[in-house]
Amino acid sequence: MPLITEDLVLLDLGTTDRASTTRALAERLHAAGRVTDVEAFLSDVAAREAQMPTGLEGGIGIPHARSAAVAEPSLAFARSDDGVDWGAPDGPARLIFLIAAPDGAGGEHMKILAALARRLVHQSFKDSLATAADPAAVVKLITEEVIDR
Amino acid sequence: MKLVAVTSCPTGIAHTYMAAEALEQAATDAGHELLVETQGSAGMDPLSAQDIADARAVIFAADVEVRERERFAGKPLVQAGVKQAINNPGALIAQAVERAADGPSAVLVSKVDESGGVGTRLRQWLMTGVSYMIPFVAAGGLLIALAFLFGGAEVANKVNGGTFGGVEYAGVTDLSQLFATAGVPGVLFKIGAVAFSMLVPILAGFIAFAIADRPGLVPGVVGGLLATATGAGFLGGLLAGLLAGGVAYALTRISLPRALQAVMPVVIVPLISTAVVGTVMLLVIGSPVAAVQTGLTGWLAGMTGTGAIALGLLLGAMMAFDMGGPVNKVAYTFAVGTLASGTPSAAMAAVMAAGMVPPLGLALATVIRRKLFTDAERKAGEAGWLLGASFITEGAIPFAAADPLRVIPSIVLGSAATGGLTMLVGATSLAPHGGIWVVGLIGKPLFVVLAIAVGTVITAVCVLAAKSLRGSEKSAVAAVPATV
Repeated sequence: MPLITEDLVLLDLGTTDRASTTRALAERLHAAGRVTDVEAFLSDVAAREAQMPTGLEGGIGIPHARSAAVAEPSLAFARSDDGVDWGAPDGPARLIFLIAAPDGAGGEHMKILAALARRLVHQSFKDSLATAADPAAVVKLITEEVIDR
Repeated sequence: MKLVAVTSCPTGIAHTYMAAEALEQAATDAGHELLVETQGSAGMDPLSAQDIADARAVIFAADVEVRERERFAGKPLVQAGVKQAINNPGALIAQAVERAADGPSAVLVSKVDESGGVGTRLRQWLMTGVSYMIPFVAAGGLLIALAFLFGGAEVANKVNGGTFGGVEYAGVTDLSQLFATAGVPGVLFKIGAVAFSMLVPILAGFIAFAIADRPGLVPGVVGGLLATATGAGFLGGLLAGLLAGGVAYALTRISLPRALQAVMPVVIVPLISTAVVGTVMLLVIGSPVAAVQTGLTGWLAGMTGTGAIALGLLLGAMMAFDMGGPVNKVAYTFAVGTLASGTPSAAMAAVMAAGMVPPLGLALATVIRRKLFTDAERKAGEAGWLLGASFITEGAIPFAAADPLRVIPSIVLGSAATGGLTMLVGATSLAPHGGIWVVGLIGKPLFVVLAIAVGTVITAVCVLAAKSLRGSEKSAVAAVPATV
């Protein structure tokens, strides 16, 4: 199963706070059969977020968790024009990546997620995501940059 | 430049790898080679021992404890959170390069465990200072003992001037004449004396270092030098170290506009901390110390009419109280004064015998109950036998500085007993120093040895009793790594 598909991309995010944004993305993962229990998964994500907010300078939020409620390593992506506060000191997040990893996932799966995380610090990758025209373009970009590299 | 880094975060999915990537990019941009060990969930790809050995500096970008961090012991280290590495990797790389340029000598290990309570941390601060001081005690003390062994105890007077056994020595003021005047023993003595002059500055400097890290070093060392210069001795040095650490710590925590931040570590912190500590040591500590010395000197002069045994007890106690500090100096100077006529002096015998007791008593204590002492203290104990036998009272300073409230009363009791006993038996000395090496100039040497043995046992018993009562505090200290 690919890391991300078009139905896991939300380009016109209607939500403005961290909890409802995470929930919107988690429900997409649930609908795709990648998350078995939305509430359990959200509580694992919230637990990680409570340790230290995952927002990063430059308008990035990366909520994530390893959770028993995750069936497949997955990425759900949201883009927000207004931004959602993710705890970064320089302002709200415009690119939000919800990373779902199964509890006890093997090394290969985790390596893909690690590769994704590594791409996230590259400005060109972030710029391309910020300007991608549609979900298909986002999926293509991530697949090329992360999985096929 | 070759560098290594470890990145690690709570979940091990995202930040660990983002930090690694950001650091790698920044290193490449700056023209350095960086290998990163990501301690995340995608399996650990550990750095090889060779990678670590080749690296000039290490960066820990971690929000959780770095695993197996002892592999990096002794490397110049920059520590930060993962977010700092992601948001500003270039700054961390630059810091690592800067640390590496300072060389491995700049890597100092402090024994402070951040989680301890106030009492435990105070003791750890003191122990850090002591552990760096001990090699100076050993080097200086053993060199002086060797100088006495090869040149006789009068070598000290050949170098420093003064009277020994009725002979007046001019001393060496021009060091180029040192060898011609005092020979190899004179050279050994001089080196030892210089090493000794660093005891208090090193003690104070590294106490401050333990508290405030590198910013503490300058005010601590300078404060220690001033403690020596004003005659405040090692107790003044303890004070200087704690004060310097506190001031430097406070200064580094002031947040300033970004423009000023750049000059904080190079200009502002060293300038202000050293000025504050130096002023306190000179103006606030200096005058009382001088006043105490004047007062004690007058008091001792008035004691000559009273009983000899009381005088011996008092001189002995003073010798041990601060070991080279103001009180000790008064007693020693008083005794040396009684030698001026060239006649055997009872006060000199009492002072010398009492001054030999503290290192001997503590050395004995470390042999009887090793577990009550840290590794550093046990090593100081091994050197203590020869230092004590050579009347180098400073051999006990490491113990007293690490645990003053238990050690000082114990050595005062032992030394007082020895001082009183030598007076009781009517022992005398013609030599102002030298310990066992001037036994030929001692009157009633066997009784002096007996008096020293009694004082040594009293000191050891007292210090062991005091330390045994420490109970729970000791276990906290024992958990701190003993190696430096």
